[in-house]
Amino acid sequence: MKTWLPPLILLALLVALPHAGPLFHAWLPDLSHPLYWRTSFTELALSHALLVATATVVAVVVGLSLGILATRPAGRSLLPTVRAVAVIGQTFPPVAVLAIAVPLLGFGAAPTLLALSLYGVLPVLGQTVAGLDQVPVSALHAADGMGYGRWRRLWEVELPLAAGPIMAGVRLSAIVSVGTATIGSAVGAATLGAPIVEGLVGNNTAYVVQGALLVGALALTVDGLLGFVENRIRRPPA
Amino acid sequence: MIEFDHVHKAFGNHVVIEDLSLRVEDGEFFVLVGPSGSGKSTLLRTVNRLTHIDRGQVRVHGKDVATQPIEALRRGIGYAIQSVGLFPHRTVAENIAAVPHLLRWPQKQIDERVAELMALLKLDEPGMADRYPDTLSGGQAQRVGVARALAARPKIVLMDEPFGALDPLTRESLQASVKAIQKETGTTILFVTHDMDEAFRLGDRVALMLDGRLAQVGTPLELIRSPADERVNEFVGGTRAYLRELAVRCVRDSMRRDESADGDAIAPGATLQEALGLMLEKRRDRLAVAGGGAILLADIVARPR
Amino acid sequence: MTAMAQPSRASALLHERGRLPVVVLGAVGLFASLAMAFLHVAPNRLLSGHPASPHIALLAAAWLVTVAAGFWRGGALFALLLTLGLPFLAGHDAARLLQHAPPTTRIQLGAGFWTLWLAAALLLLDRLRHLRIAWRVAAWLFIVAACVAGAMAGAFSDLGLVREWQAQRGAFTDALATHVTLSLVTLGIALAAGAPLGYLAWRKRRAGGAVLGVLAFLQTVPSLALFALLIGPFAWLARAWPALGALGFGGTGAAPAVFALVLYALLPVVRYTVAGLDAVPADAREAARGLGMTRGQVLLGIQLPLGWPVLLAGLRIVAVQTIGLAAVAALIGAGGMGRFVFLGIGQGATDMVLLGTLAIIVLALAADLLFQGLMAFTGRRA
Repeated sequence: MKTWLPPLILLALLVALPHAGPLFHAWLPDLSHPLYWRTSFTELALSHALLVATATVVAVVVGLSLGILATRPAGRSLLPTVRAVAVIGQTFPPVAVLAIAVPLLGFGAAPTLLALSLYGVLPVLGQTVAGLDQVPVSALHAADGMGYGRWRRLWEVELPLAAGPIMAGVRLSAIVSVGTATIGSAVGAATLGAPIVEGLVGNNTAYVVQGALLVGALALTVDGLLGFVENRIRRPPA
Repeated sequence: MIEFDHVHKAFGNHVVIEDLSLRVEDGEFFVLVGPSGSGKSTLLRTVNRLTHIDRGQVRVHGKDVATQPIEALRRGIGYAIQSVGLFPHRTVAENIAAVPHLLRWPQKQIDERVAELMALLKLDEPGMADRYPDTLSGGQAQRVGVARALAARPKIVLMDEPFGALDPLTRESLQASVKAIQKETGTTILFVTHDMDEAFRLGDRVALMLDGRLAQVGTPLELIRSPADERVNEFVGGTRAYLRELAVRCVRDSMRRDESADGDAIAPGATLQEALGLMLEKRRDRLAVAGGGAILLADIVARPR
Repeated sequence: MTAMAQPSRASALLHERGRLPVVVLGAVGLFASLAMAFLHVAPNRLLSGHPASPHIALLAAAWLVTVAAGFWRGGALFALLLTLGLPFLAGHDAARLLQHAPPTTRIQLGAGFWTLWLAAALLLLDRLRHLRIAWRVAAWLFIVAACVAGAMAGAFSDLGLVREWQAQRGAFTDALATHVTLSLVTLGIALAAGAPLGYLAWRKRRAGGAVLGVLAFLQTVPSLALFALLIGPFAWLARAWPALGALGFGGTGAAPAVFALVLYALLPVVRYTVAGLDAVPADAREAARGLGMTRGQVLLGIQLPLGWPVLLAGLRIVAVQTIGLAAVAALIGAGGMGRFVFLGIGQGATDMVLLGTLAIIVLALAADLLFQGLMAFTGRRA
């Protein structure tokens, strides 16, 4: 139930809000524009979701690879440095990464995507390392003794056992991305933050509420779906 | 057959195995016994190359293990460890099938072998095959571990203190199972333990390792009766050694065929330890032996012929 | 004598004494020296400039020497020199580049500088790992002290970043003060409200689970949305009770920001309070009760001393998170360094954006280190 409610609410909002003009007008009669009209909500939602999805895919590919490499015997000496980067990087506020990306790439979706991808790598990297570390040593030793090759052992023993924590990292990365992409509309990205930002600038509470409801529903949808996947991974199907 | 040829291994400055040569024959149940830190586990691991040696050679079936492709070597040697190391994300059946799966056996063959091993190791509780390791008791988990080591019918099985973490009853049961399986299949087993009783109960031959060297190699009786030096004697147990000896010697070797006794009879294949136990229970100093003859308390104490 | 199947000579060389980080970071440093812009020369604070890398050969050579040192004897000293020297080099270059340039010219730190500096700092971190903690702290303190001394002596005053700070000093200090105040107030309220809430959640597990669920749900809501949503209710409150308006409870501004920040901070506080209370196992508590201690005595005498470090760990997370989120609060008029950042983005003034961003990052890192220090301190005493 918890998983399917937010997507339903999101869909309901996307369908209903474009027609909710009169409702907002009744609530806030002083507003000349009670309904956000610049871009359709659906377009904004899709663009937002696409940004988050792309960034998360990049984050998983980079974070997972780096995490695996750092935990191999060949890369062990690099592990403390990798950990330090993950820890220090996560101390940076996501806003900071976004702000730095703007001078580099200008306005729009590009800096937002860069910031989301860069920042999204960190939780995945941190959780990959932590997840691979907590695989029981005796299982690994037994696998070595039985003749599992290194890559086979990674694929059949280490990754399945680390999948739960790794998925938690992916989920965290996605949620942070949803939030940062919202702020990204302040630098020109077309996301559900646009109505909020425009509402804040123009003192239009209706815009703000519309944007906030949608982005909240999107965030909960993403969290619910990924949480569902995480739980399925953590509990082996009986 | 396993041969250790002047094997030497040190970790940094600490010498763990010192110029050790040893030969384990085919079909033997060979036990490496010694205190912690004596190097026995390390020596075991040189056979499947989980540990690299500094000098010398280790040969399996006459071929240097260093020259063989490492995974093929390990898939042909069974390996069971104290912490078992079952894969938590796989069922009991899948765990046992691990090496046959790696060797690409046909699925039907794998399924048959898994069923066979589960019966052999007394894992015959209904539904056991689909259970996950975290639902198993220590004894059951170790049985699965042993089954997994035997699954691909290896000619050699390495066992590193597999029963150390189990309670005495479970341990005895598993020891009996493994001993019986070894006798039936003729597998060569190289078994490491620090428990002298276990060594003497299981081993055809026993090697006592002290400080990286072989203090003595021989049958359990040889170690008890003719210890090579004071340290071996101390380790084998002094007075306790004679009690241990009772676990190895049989009634049929010490009984009197021309005498008789009444009451419950004891089997001729039973150990003198069991006979003494029975005598203490019945508060008698003589027991009847099944099939004729008797055994007296004096026979147990007498010097072996 | 057999040669066991050892890893190849090359990889053995790499992995002995942890040389891989030196090689990787050295390669990054070399690439950055050769291919990335060290500085940018911009005609004024609003336009972007052309790249300038006056010391390609010097930097590349310095990195090669450092890598070689890392291979043979450690290289910590070289990494220290690089980490310390790069800012001074940039300052020196800026002074030189400005000598014959029009007065509005701004020298901006390029991607090359930042990459080089990051690589040098990471390398230093790695090389220091083998030393005792006293040496490590001393090395970093030395760098900070030298940079501060250099700054006071004017070594960096020709960099665009510093020029911007000098030009906007008043606004900067105000924003910094606001940011710190927002964070501290949030931390205080979150602790005052969250700790008792955590205690209740711990006592009544099922209700506690529900509370944690609600708080976790709040955490997924994007910060901007929550900030923005609260404006309406707060504005309504200020209208309904003008007395609150006098207190500063406007629609926009600090009040809704702090409220939202506290909501976000509650989850870690409650969660870590529960974890801290759990730090003393049930049987130890039972034994204490059996000895005749009241619940309060057990709480204050046993659970608090033992659970306090756990709570500190949670507060560390809250502090860093709050500093970051407070930057977003600027968008609803709460002030703080975020205002600097977004104003800069709006104007296209890279230096201003960088100044604000760096300030936020330094604040977050400082808070993190402060709490780490607190944790180490209390840990030793416990």
